[in-house]
Amino acid sequence: MDVKHYLRERFFPHMWCPGCGHGIVLNSLVRAVDSLKIKKQDMVMVSGIGCSSRISGYVDFHSLHTLHGRALAFATGVKLSKPSLNVIVPMGDGDAMAIGGNHFIHAARRNINITALVMNNKTYGMTGGQYSPLSGIGAKATTAPYNNIDREFDTVELATGAGATFVARTTVYHVKQLQSFIKQAISHNGFSVLEVLTQCPTYYGRKNKKGSAVNMIQAYKDMTVPVGSEKKKENPELIERGIFVDSDLPEYCEAYAEMVERATGR
Amino acid sequence: MAKNITFVQGNEACALGAMYAGLDFYAGYPITPSTEIAETLAAMLPAAGKKFIQMEDEISSMCAIIGASLTGNKVMTATSGPGFSLKQEALGYAVMAEIPCVVANVQRGGPSTGNPTHVSQGDVNQARWGTHGDHSIVALSASNHQDVFRMTVEAFNIAETYRTPVILLFDEVVGHMREKLVIPEEGEIPLVARLRTSLKEGVNYHPYLPREDGRLPMSDFGDVHRFNVTGLYHDMWGFPTDKPELVQELLRHQINKIENNVHKMTFYKSYFLEDARTVLISYGASARSALSTVKQRRNRGESIGLLELNTIWPFPADLVRECTENAELIAVVEMNVGQLTQAVRLAVGDRKQVHLINRVDGQMINDKDIKNILRLLQGRGI
Repeated sequence: MDVKHYLRERFFPHMWCPGCGHGIVLNSLVRAVDSLKIKKQDMVMVSGIGCSSRISGYVDFHSLHTLHGRALAFATGVKLSKPSLNVIVPMGDGDAMAIGGNHFIHAARRNINITALVMNNKTYGMTGGQYSPLSGIGAKATTAPYNNIDREFDTVELATGAGATFVARTTVYHVKQLQSFIKQAISHNGFSVLEVLTQCPTYYGRKNKKGSAVNMIQAYKDMTVPVGSEKKKENPELIERGIFVDSDLPEYCEAYAEMVERATGR
Repeated sequence: MAKNITFVQGNEACALGAMYAGLDFYAGYPITPSTEIAETLAAMLPAAGKKFIQMEDEISSMCAIIGASLTGNKVMTATSGPGFSLKQEALGYAVMAEIPCVVANVQRGGPSTGNPTHVSQGDVNQARWGTHGDHSIVALSASNHQDVFRMTVEAFNIAETYRTPVILLFDEVVGHMREKLVIPEEGEIPLVARLRTSLKEGVNYHPYLPREDGRLPMSDFGDVHRFNVTGLYHDMWGFPTDKPELVQELLRHQINKIENNVHKMTFYKSYFLEDARTVLISYGASARSALSTVKQRRNRGESIGLLELNTIWPFPADLVRECTENAELIAVVEMNVGQLTQAVRLAVGDRKQVHLINRVDGQMINDKDIKNILRLLQGRGI
């Protein structure tokens, strides 16, 4: 396939740091869209604010770069007003889980057919490395010089609890799985959440002495196991990868269309 | 025709006006005293095959209508003070990205939770400067249901013509009062449809390159032209830029498209101004009482008139100057501590003193209040 077919080269070079994991997500995303054979004009990318949110400008889809945390609210307006569009929302961990937490749980509750890609690098990269709701206890950050005391959210559990009907997690090390999960998330009819563990060597890595980008990607291989793995029972510290939820429940725009039928007496 | 005569609340008149204007998509959150707008549209929109959604908060309501506008729809939300505060960031996004949308603010007492079930006009300056950064804005008002309906339709027309958010600055009294409304026949009030690009697929479409007349033809999300929309300063492609010349050019464009067309979006009513030596200026519910006072004083032979502004922002300074040219006494009647009074003073300049006649206790200012303060201003005692 020709990846460039999906990119707006006019706007390159991109603004991500050397070693950033976001480009791997972008690559997997366009490959997933290509394999699904979705026309570019049927794709809408809605994003908020942060490094990950800039992904929307680089793809040759309809792209809406919005406010910090509010991407899912804008996306809800796009999707409900034109349900034929495929709507993907790339979000950072701060964007999705802190300032955008309310929109995240309510989009999940509605089960509106939007794909949320939570690109979790455990930090606010664009503002220079502050702790996020996914940094976890003990992490170092510019706003946690004495180590973070905030507990973290588990994206998968939060999405599941809020009612998302497709919930998965993988990492940028597992690129084949990443591509496959994005494809499944887009194909899923309902609100789908895919958490992607990605690296920020510039801030999170440096502050927490995680080494180079390569070291950090390698760590994602070592610290994760497939969901249901025996290893997880032996070592609870390991993070599970895989599909946690894949259920078939009424989708919001379809439910709306049925309501219109009732309202119009058709 | 009899079938077009209704007896409704101002909030219902607003909802009916929105439907007349071709509203496709409403997103909102319950808040007093604007909720009846949402309730009315929750019934009407699905029955018309259109979209209504109650969002999780005020912020997301504003965001959702912007998203829906981009797919080619006429969109609206409604709120009151606290909700209007929450919408400000996204309102600024609509200014920056030039997204047509309508926001009704049925004003109540503030700041904070304030006086939810009582009248106020305390958001006049918030409507002007509530979102951060240099910008222009359009805000319309009305004192009766016929005008609520009309201004709601005009709000959609202005939003589409200038690609801008338009604020409907109503108040609790007008919103909750019931009176007659004659719904205009189809075509009686002209409607402005969205200006869409005629460029075919494969031809470069620049979403943010104004035509010679300053207008920007749009292309719907889902149509053949794919482009970027952002709240950052951007170039003609809609792609972020911080080049000084492009930043300044875009800021100027966004302000000039409003400020250079003030006369085209100025709506007002004048009563007995021809020979008026005392000129009252008012808007919204206050203008009803001001008109009552003016009529009473006229019956007693006083040369007094009223300028009722339906367009609050951009401020029609030329109109105000003209109407007050021969005035010996100018007074602004409003239910706040003098927010529009400041704008009138700026317009009139040092030539004449501009007085404020107000009430800020949550109660409707009445004709007696106005008469009493006028008598003091005229040196006649109460």
